[in-house]
Amino acid sequence: MAETALASRPEPQSRASHSLSIRSLSKYYGSLAAVDDVSLEVRQGRFLTLLGPSGSGKTTILMATAGFVQPSAGEILLDDKPITNLPPDKRNFGMVFQGYALFPHMSVEDNIWFPLRVRGVSKSAAAKSVATSLELVQMAHLAKRLPTQLSGGQQQRVALARALVFQPDLLLLDEPLSALDKKLRADLQWELKSLHARLGTTFIYVTHDQEEALSMSDEIVILRDGKIEQQGDPVALYERPATRFVADFLGKSNFIRGQSAGGDAQGFRVKAGEVTLHQAGSQAADQPVLIALRPEKLSVTRARPDLPNAIPGRIAAFNYYGSTFHLQVETGALGDLIVTVPAWKCEIDPAIGNEVWLGWEPDASVVVRDN
Amino acid sequence: MLASQRHTYWLLIVPAVLLMLVFYIYPLIQVLWISVTEPYFGLQNYEALLSRPLLHRIWLTTLRICAITTIITVTLGYLVAYAMARVGERQRTTMMFCILLTFWLSVLIRAFAWVMLLRNGGLINSALMGLGIIDGDLPLLRNEFAVIVGMVHFMMPLAVLPIYSNMSGIDGRYVSAARGLGASPWEAFWHIHLPLSKPGLIAATILVFVFSLGFFITPAILGGGKVVMISEYIQVSFEETLRWGQATMLASSLLFAVLLTLALVARFVDLKKVFGAR
Repeated sequence: MAETALASRPEPQSRASHSLSIRSLSKYYGSLAAVDDVSLEVRQGRFLTLLGPSGSGKTTILMATAGFVQPSAGEILLDDKPITNLPPDKRNFGMVFQGYALFPHMSVEDNIWFPLRVRGVSKSAAAKSVATSLELVQMAHLAKRLPTQLSGGQQQRVALARALVFQPDLLLLDEPLSALDKKLRADLQWELKSLHARLGTTFIYVTHDQEEALSMSDEIVILRDGKIEQQGDPVALYERPATRFVADFLGKSNFIRGQSAGGDAQGFRVKAGEVTLHQAGSQAADQPVLIALRPEKLSVTRARPDLPNAIPGRIAAFNYYGSTFHLQVETGALGDLIVTVPAWKCEIDPAIGNEVWLGWEPDASVVVRDN
Repeated sequence: MLASQRHTYWLLIVPAVLLMLVFYIYPLIQVLWISVTEPYFGLQNYEALLSRPLLHRIWLTTLRICAITTIITVTLGYLVAYAMARVGERQRTTMMFCILLTFWLSVLIRAFAWVMLLRNGGLINSALMGLGIIDGDLPLLRNEFAVIVGMVHFMMPLAVLPIYSNMSGIDGRYVSAARGLGASPWEAFWHIHLPLSKPGLIAATILVFVFSLGFFITPAILGGGKVVMISEYIQVSFEETLRWGQATMLASSLLFAVLLTLALVARFVDLKKVFGAR
């Protein structure tokens, strides 16, 4: 539904796209480092997401980029021009605030006119740009309303139109979807991504929602305690998390602790208690190893599967989500493992106490750094 | 259950309502009654309002002083409230304490304190002379200047409190958003913060102006009989010239002036919103 709506919308104006460099950025509040020596390149036209739990420094980085937070150290450059000490109004960045911050005493169209107004464009001269922006977010019919008369999703669109109407060099988005319900959030993810594709403007997006990050970004930067934990494109991050934190924060993972025990070109063996597992990759022998295993990469069968890794277990709990079953399986040797199986082709009877076999390929799991 | 609860609430306000009826509404009706029956029935007392130049002068003085006091007080109050809404929690508590402190001092004491400061040979004049800035005493007392100084001082909390309570409810992100969209600090204030703080500003203006109209002690002491405002003239009519008809007429006209002010303001703004009823 969201996509057909997109197709009928006007073609975007082409916008010059810009790149941003953040170099050794730090921000201290007293002795607490909210951001600790972060360096980051945002190439032009990219959709980059800063993802992390609260207190990870993602919002501080965004606010420093917007000019609302003065960094304690480091530099921010737009197309190689330093902007670190420019006030926010001299940066020409569009920003969508958490909660939108639409001016409550102005109508929708006056809100959108505002950035042009402070740039010296009269209301009549701005009319065309305002109308184009409103059409871009499908809000033309509500131009005369006050923000309080709009739903959350409509306010979000107005905030977007307002942030884009003056053709900003960058668009900064601070958790723009967090106040919306799940269904609307999913629709708007499609729209934001398509808007980005059509405008070509560089987007920097802050969220704590891993699903939003995965669905929209060209690149995700995962932050933890003010530092970059890992960055890369969504698939790379999801499939090859480098650390336990990433494997756990981005999606869900089962973790298995073991000891490496030699191997060959195909992979190596991991001794986890009395069980020996097969893991792709290479690892020197007799090292402690932490394996992360995605719940959807395990197979659940009644009989022993023909897979290098197989372990019997008993269903301890299950949740039904319509499209999937989430099973909690007691394996004894490997502890409790969480398994996600498509509900429509679930081969086993998901009842508590039933005996099942879990199995997975050596390359279904990854070795992660424990931190 | 709801209905009976509502009855309980009505019972709670009965004592206050009775008190108002007996000690406020009844005397007020008496005042209105006397103003049209003393010395005989008719509107002759109100005619004097139109025909006697002395009364014109007193009313004009009153309105002028009230207007100037209101403008100065609300402007200063806005600045104080703006600062208060932005400082840290501790400083805010201190500022609030200082503002409320003035409420604990009797208006009489405050007026006399100003006399001490402003009189010939008082602190200000002797300090200026000591510094060699002036040769003789500046006429700081027994004039409109003194009255306005004293009234502004008294009215400050009445301006600060409504403005502050309105401002503290304004989300700081609006101004940030304006800055982010390209507004200079001044533009962000002018287009965003000022309009959003309008209800507080209007509430403060009404409060200060209406209070100023009936001001008595401060003008009487700091004006020293030279600056006569309406309340002081009412007191003189009641107690010294014993013209009750005129006194009650002036008191009633003061009441009408307040109602007129509110009616005028209500034409332009939603008073229910200003006073927080919605």
